[in-house]
Amino acid sequence: MRIKIAIAALVLAASPAFAQQKVDPARADAAIKAAFPTAPADWASRLVGDQTMQQCSAAHNSPAKDVADAIQKREKAAIEYPPDNNFMGDWQKGERLAQSGYGLRFTDYPPRNPNGGNCYACHQLTRKEVSYGTLGPSLLEYGKLRDFKPEAVKTTYEKIYNSHAALACSTMPRFGTNKILTVEQIKDAVALLMSRESPVNTGQ
Amino acid sequence: MKFTTTLLVAIAVALASPALAQDAETEKAIEKYRQMLRADPWSNPGFLDVDRGEALWATARGPKNVSLEQCDLGKGPGKVDGVFAELPRYFADADRVMDLETRILWCMENLQGFSAADYVKRPHPGGGQPVKELGAMATYVASKSAGMKFAAKLSHPKEQEIAALGENLFFRRSGPFDFACATCHANSGLRIRLQGLPYLADKKESRQVVGEWPAYRVSTTHVMTMQHRLLDCYWQMRMPQLQLGSDASVALIAYLTRQAEGGEIAAPGLKR
Repeated sequence: MRIKIAIAALVLAASPAFAQQKVDPARADAAIKAAFPTAPADWASRLVGDQTMQQCSAAHNSPAKDVADAIQKREKAAIEYPPDNNFMGDWQKGERLAQSGYGLRFTDYPPRNPNGGNCYACHQLTRKEVSYGTLGPSLLEYGKLRDFKPEAVKTTYEKIYNSHAALACSTMPRFGTNKILTVEQIKDAVALLMSRESPVNTGQ
Repeated sequence: MKFTTTLLVAIAVALASPALAQDAETEKAIEKYRQMLRADPWSNPGFLDVDRGEALWATARGPKNVSLEQCDLGKGPGKVDGVFAELPRYFADADRVMDLETRILWCMENLQGFSAADYVKRPHPGGGQPVKELGAMATYVASKSAGMKFAAKLSHPKEQEIAALGENLFFRRSGPFDFACATCHANSGLRIRLQGLPYLADKKESRQVVGEWPAYRVSTTHVMTMQHRLLDCYWQMRMPQLQLGSDASVALIAYLTRQAEGGEIAAPGLKR
């Protein structure tokens, strides 16, 4: 019996989860605060993170079902919709913001350009742009594959506005909720994905 | 050597070009450059900073006008051979765990009388500028462990505590993009644009890449140290400027070193 407990303790000590538990959240918060002494006062929230980020961090991005459900519900409620329910903007503007990684870095102040969405950093979108990342799925022919359905237009807007509403602990930023992109910019990104004329769907 | 220099300039120009379609060609050119480096390892421009760092280490400097030859990096005053392979470690005189750069800075302050607070305001070079004094010395000391394997003990309670903190911070989401280190480094074979991303939560991939730092970076034409690498990651994560020597920076380096345990040190490496 005693041997069994000792073995169990050894297994527990060797598991990464145990190492994770040993860290007092207050210790991690204090270490982060001390590591960024030049943070402007209005950047305080960047250091701590909200409840969703804390839950995703603690779960190494694989939350239990009840936590995932709570995250999705909370984030869905954080989506703001265009007043006229028109979700499609200008795909050409969308292409420009998909290329741009500008914005919110400490060297980007005072802002000289609008923030970018940097979509190509993680996604394939058009055949023409060969320099694309693979952290996210390929979005080639995204609208065509969805038959350009109006429901898919709305779902796409929601996905970009707040990625966690559909998938708790998504790796994709919450572009609308975190004020990275404006509603108009998100509409432009939706048009890049969902309009028939967009190179995403014409195969160019 | 002249051909090497010409090719290096060609790569730097290609990297600076906005024509992203050239990236595949650029990757090929870099791979060719890497092959040439393997054939002649001494052609890595990072060795210029190894030499500069060696001279700085032995030069009497600072308000107290002494060299760092009394600096104890873990194996006794002035010992540099093999010390990097056993860092980070706990130092009783400072009562904290330190990585190589943090320890050298501690020596610059405590032995030579430099102000660490002043130094950490701008500790890293801008694009095209050579690595600063501290980074050059770190590159020199790291190169004196080349060919050895990472073997930091991380057994002292404070070493264990800081490595666990590093793992915690690796998964900690921060900033307006919700990013953590794990966002980009918790899977194999992925990339940002065309830049491949190492799977650092995995020991096998960590052993392959962590030992390449400090490394000469072709795209910025200077040596980048591990502290600078972390700052740059946090910059991309839309976080403020990471303080060199902060507990969080040491913690992440301790975690990465533990992940890379047994991996070979190949500093100075060569990076895109």
